[in-house]
Amino acid sequence: MIALSNIAHLSTAGPEEILRPVRPWFIAVTLGVALAANLLPLSGVALALRPDFIALVLLYWCIQEPRYVGVGVAWGVGLLMDVGDATLFGQHALAYALLAYAAEYFRRRVLRFSLWQQAAQVAVLLGLCAGLVLLVRYVGGAPLPRWTYAVPPLAGALLWPVLTVALQWAQRPQRSSAEL
Amino acid sequence: MRYIPVEPPPFFRRGPSPLARLVFFGLISIVLLFVDTRYRYLEGLRMVAATILYPFQRAAQLPGEALASVGDYFTSLRALSEDNAKLTRQAAEHAAAAQAFASTQQENVRLRALLDARTRYASAAKAVEVLYTGRDPFAQKLFVDKGADADIQPGEAVIDADGVVGQVTRVYPNMAEVTLVTDKDHAVPVKVERSGVRSVLYGAGAGRAPELRFMAPSADIQVGDVLVTSGLDGTYPPGLAVARVATLERETGQIFARIACAPIAGVDRSEHLLVLGQGAAAFPRPEEPALSDTTKKAGKGKRRGSP
Repeated sequence: MIALSNIAHLSTAGPEEILRPVRPWFIAVTLGVALAANLLPLSGVALALRPDFIALVLLYWCIQEPRYVGVGVAWGVGLLMDVGDATLFGQHALAYALLAYAAEYFRRRVLRFSLWQQAAQVAVLLGLCAGLVLLVRYVGGAPLPRWTYAVPPLAGALLWPVLTVALQWAQRPQRSSAEL
Repeated sequence: MRYIPVEPPPFFRRGPSPLARLVFFGLISIVLLFVDTRYRYLEGLRMVAATILYPFQRAAQLPGEALASVGDYFTSLRALSEDNAKLTRQAAEHAAAAQAFASTQQENVRLRALLDARTRYASAAKAVEVLYTGRDPFAQKLFVDKGADADIQPGEAVIDADGVVGQVTRVYPNMAEVTLVTDKDHAVPVKVERSGVRSVLYGAGAGRAPELRFMAPSADIQVGDVLVTSGLDGTYPPGLAVARVATLERETGQIFARIACAPIAGVDRSEHLLVLGQGAAAFPRPEEPALSDTTKKAGKGKRRGSP
């Protein structure tokens, strides 16, 4: 049960495992679930802690499957998120497009690291994304948010290893343990 | 070190490079940001996106609703009977006030008729529930579960059992966006209930207390004073509790007093709200001086909601 032990140790698929090709509908479903998770009716501490699930899932697919998910998809999803949050039109779209570009730029390097080392780099990318939103809003005249603004990117980075293993689950080869 | 070409060979080409796409979409975003900040032309696009988004929003509600219904099921009999006793007692207390109110209102109508004053219409109120609070840390907004389907209009006042919560700023087909009194861009015309001093309560953003600005240090205000809506804006009906004066600093060097207030309503807690329909309470606006200005404001006025 290689796959199960991988869950326990939170590691990616090793070089001996060849992932099966991802189905486009699976990407769409995960993005839909992330969208719903972002719209969860939370308040108080849960709201302050809630990571940006869409940014995380977009980042994952941009790194793993750049042929399906890139700057354009990220931008479109960002527009939907702008409406969901009633923020300025284009704010999330711009941030997610930049995130997708950064993922495209860094993807070959990021994948060489272990999951927790990847998480550290993901924190930087998510922080960049949040920083861009902050810049856009600050230029628009909004007050500076409290320090809790920095929490969601960090929470998102902590979720990264779990998310990677969970999303790779569907692509893991089925009978790898028998052959190894 | 060998140079690795960034461009893939022609047979791996997949359209424009990521950088070209980023520049393209980035420019569109910046144009959208600018247009959305300066003008209100994008409401149609917002409606379309909101319709796409609606199933996801409903899906996000489901876990919470399921948990709530399970919780309801296991509510103990004792809690229910305690609740019932409390509500009955409250109803009895309110009944006396309501009866007095009915006679007072009739008296008021007669007196107003004698004075030839404008009648204040009691308008229909719509009970709504909070769907979720906005994720945007820069704005204080929440979303309620009724919109154009329940004939909610932009600009209508939203209250809870204790006082004013905010104002409807956007209406979608099945939900509405409420800007809270604590939002930075929100202002409520108020008066001090005790002394009748008029002022405007400005929101200050998340985690900061709303404040009364530009009040002379000699103004008749004390800590603990209740601020009620003055009704001068035609948006909020007069007499609704808004906030209580929390701290008051009168420094000798300053032109204005520094007055911080605490909202009375459960602005960040209440789940059941009431949207007050706009009766004919609004006074007509004075004529705009220049014609060109009025045509310009016609588009913007949509958001304010007052005719």
